[in-house]
Amino acid sequence: MLKEKVIIAERLTKSFGDFIAVDHISFEVEKGEIFGFLGANGAGKTTAMRMLCGLSTPSSGKAFVAGFDLFQEAEKIKKNIGYMSQKFSLYEDLTIRENIQFYGGIYGLSKKQIQDKASYLVEHLHLQHFQNNLVKSLPLGWKQKLAFSVAIVHDPAIVFLDEPTGGVDPVTRREFWELIYDASERGITIFVTTHYMDEAEYCNRVSIMVDGRIEALDTPKELKKTYDSASMDEVFLKLARKAVRGE
Amino acid sequence: MKQFLAFVKKEFFHIWRDKRTLFILLGMPITQIIIFGFALTNEVKNTKMAILDFSKDASSSQLIQKMSISKYFDPTTVLLNYQEVEPLFKKGKVKMVLVIPQHFANDLQHGNQAHVQLICDGSDPNVANTLSTYATAIIKDFQNTLVKEQKLPYRIETDIRMMYNPELKGAYSFVPGVMALILMLTSAMMTSIAIVKEKEMGTMEIILVSPLKPFGVVIAKAVPYMLLSMVNVATILLLSVFVLDVPIRGSLLLLLSEGLLFTITSLALGLLISSITDSQQVAMLISLLGLFLPTTVFSGYMFPIENMPLPLQIISNIVPAKWFYFIVKTIMIKGLGFSYIWKETLILVGMTVVLFGISIKKFKTRLS
Amino acid sequence: MSVLKYLLQKEFRQIFRDPSILRIIFVMPALQLIVIPMAADYEVRNINLAIADHDHSVYTQQMVQKIKSSGYFKLVNYSSTFQEAVTSIESDKADIVLEIPAKFEQNIVREDHASIFIAVNAVNGMKANLGAAYLQNIIQNFNNQIRTKWIQFPPIPPQTNINVSVSNWFNPMMSYKYFMVPAVLATLLTLLGTFLTALNIVREKEIGTIEQINVTPIKKYHFILGKLIPFWVLGLVVLTIGFLIMRFGYQIHPVGNMLIVYLFASIYLLSILGLGLLISTYADTLQQAMLISFFLLMIFIMLGGLFTPIDSMPSWVQKLTWLNPVSYFIDVVRMVVLKGSGLADIKNHIYVIIGFAIFLNSWAVWNYKKTN
Repeated sequence: MLKEKVIIAERLTKSFGDFIAVDHISFEVEKGEIFGFLGANGAGKTTAMRMLCGLSTPSSGKAFVAGFDLFQEAEKIKKNIGYMSQKFSLYEDLTIRENIQFYGGIYGLSKKQIQDKASYLVEHLHLQHFQNNLVKSLPLGWKQKLAFSVAIVHDPAIVFLDEPTGGVDPVTRREFWELIYDASERGITIFVTTHYMDEAEYCNRVSIMVDGRIEALDTPKELKKTYDSASMDEVFLKLARKAVRGE
Repeated sequence: MKQFLAFVKKEFFHIWRDKRTLFILLGMPITQIIIFGFALTNEVKNTKMAILDFSKDASSSQLIQKMSISKYFDPTTVLLNYQEVEPLFKKGKVKMVLVIPQHFANDLQHGNQAHVQLICDGSDPNVANTLSTYATAIIKDFQNTLVKEQKLPYRIETDIRMMYNPELKGAYSFVPGVMALILMLTSAMMTSIAIVKEKEMGTMEIILVSPLKPFGVVIAKAVPYMLLSMVNVATILLLSVFVLDVPIRGSLLLLLSEGLLFTITSLALGLLISSITDSQQVAMLISLLGLFLPTTVFSGYMFPIENMPLPLQIISNIVPAKWFYFIVKTIMIKGLGFSYIWKETLILVGMTVVLFGISIKKFKTRLS
Repeated sequence: MSVLKYLLQKEFRQIFRDPSILRIIFVMPALQLIVIPMAADYEVRNINLAIADHDHSVYTQQMVQKIKSSGYFKLVNYSSTFQEAVTSIESDKADIVLEIPAKFEQNIVREDHASIFIAVNAVNGMKANLGAAYLQNIIQNFNNQIRTKWIQFPPIPPQTNINVSVSNWFNPMMSYKYFMVPAVLATLLTLLGTFLTALNIVREKEIGTIEQINVTPIKKYHFILGKLIPFWVLGLVVLTIGFLIMRFGYQIHPVGNMLIVYLFASIYLLSILGLGLLISTYADTLQQAMLISFFLLMIFIMLGGLFTPIDSMPSWVQKLTWLNPVSYFIDVVRMVVLKGSGLADIKNHIYVIIGFAIFLNSWAVWNYKKTN
């Protein structure tokens, strides 16, 4: 059974002068996968992700995202992806509904679609009492769940998540991942970077970047076997020790 | 003490790394001095004017000639009738029109009396006034050349001496003002923004937990800007002396000490601003409205305070820059000593103490 | 286009939710328009005069009286010693010192001439010049008075006299406010337009929302229009507030058609908003944005003819004025409000300002494309 490939990267490279941040990485991600992108700080994972999102131009290599060429059809890619960064996703000085309205409108949803989505989201996340409050009044965990939901408001093919669960308690993190599972079941591919190793266990497949290169790419189960480790934590430590580039 | 110095060093790095900001902070006094020194003046010269000469005789030509060679006027346009005057003014092409009626030479020769009319564009009343004053002087001068007797009986001769500024250079009045402005900007505004930025980014908490007392932290932030301010003062003085030929007649030491005092006053102001708000944008706008505007308007260097309506004159008394302006002028231009400025210095010291007091109180309440 | 619509909706919501912006838009114009024109007055009056009178004759009394009643001078010190008079200049109590020597009256009548000494505090050159000129004028008149008393003049005055009549157009009461208010309004608009735009965009940079925009299908031109349009609208609102203050606060009735000013302002706003946009591409932090804006605007405004006339500037500076958008706006507002200038009169200004708008915005857009 041939599964559709939503991300194809071939020798993707990004260098800043002499410094090669991302060193000719190649990998593929299948539709509906929850793909974990791991690595120490400075390993190049954020840079790699930014390239795939269209936020940064690769120095060389090829990539196809959602079936579109990264270099030639960047605009089409943007219509079909979602993004959530650790720094920010929602406008704090707008209400929940207004944020949904904005992003829905930007991605071309009709007024009715936006209405429906908004009602659905608010209910699903139990935010009925807050829907007309400014986002800045929400606690961090709820903000993040909301941010994720808004990032996929237009049912994109892929959603890129950059360390989405930073600073949140384990219960909320667990709830966040429930949302991710939901999305994956609906056919949305999840591309997530994180350095919480337990979250790595939730992914279908995981890649580990060290010094700009992908040192390992497999399911968590296989990785633990290959590296003779009891947890992803151990796998990561074993690989990271080889790193030349520190923080 | 060591911790304090560590903080100061960190703040220096912040500023040093931000080359754009640094460049502007150091470059601003230079540009201001150059602009003020070479570009801004109320003096009139080479003013474009038009001539409406109905006589076109020898005398009218002589008069027009006299206008041309004067450095104040530049007769560029010749009009043919009255209707042309208004459109010319509306286009903004000339500021004044000299109207010489018919039979000008004749009237002078045979009746010893003639009339001319000056029509001025009164939009800028000051310029209009000055132009008509100078033009009248030239005309009277022309008149005098027609007078047969050179020496009239019963003469009062006036001997005029311009003190402190024999060449009537505008620079003398604005250099002190620029100094006040730049110090305000560097010490007050930049410091307040630096502190508020820390608050906004949330790193304030980190600093407050450090072993250094909160007030020490704030002062540590201020020190680099104070040093920058003094560098700016030096720049301004150097430029004034060597580029603008404005001397420092009084004691340099006294001048620098007063400069330091005012820097601290500005610092206190900046502190006050940073204690009122948590947003950089707001801090900036308060600085603009609360510092820059009053300093420019009320210090007395752009507009004479005595011309202002009474309520504004009273307000000018609470603007520190006004007192500093007076002090600098007295030392730099008049070359006088401390005995002439002790009152004003005391006022500045008083203001500084009060401002510090209020800021400290506000800081304490915010932290608790 | 609907993308733009949603973008504008968001921008307007954010602007109106920001209390500091609202305060600025309403408070700043009011403050500046009220304070500056009231304070800004270069007219030379209330010149403080100290007199050292060594003569105490009838003539000196008459002359002093004449000087006092001229309205230009305020007698702050009248003494018999020169030293006292000089001290008053040193302490800034007096601007001019007039010394009348002993035997003044006697000398005029018997020796045919007498000298008066005038010392002027020339720290403020302009005031000194005019002050001295006024004083001399009054003394000259007094001189003529004396002469007339002593000499009977025949019907045809032996002395040639040219009568100069001066009429000032466009500003019947010769009020400096008429001159300042329109210019302050223009300056205000400039400051607000550039500052707000630059600060707004750089703030987004700092918080990180620009990244978010970059991932979405929002195109560069959407983003830029989304920033320009709200502030353009606000700019016109501020202009209106300013006009109301001008019309009802200062009772300045514009002679020309205000619509012309609005038309010009619409294009002008595009250029200074473009400047704000441009600045935001060069600034990484709010601090930088503010400083750069401040620095540039200060230069433009000072050289724009707000406080001192452009005609008084040296010719090389005057040529630079052609590159200064602010000078055009100040000019236009003054011309239309005070002189009733029409579209034809300002067509050059319009062409130039269109050029600026295109240039600045293009540069800004080009810069944006570069930084991804």
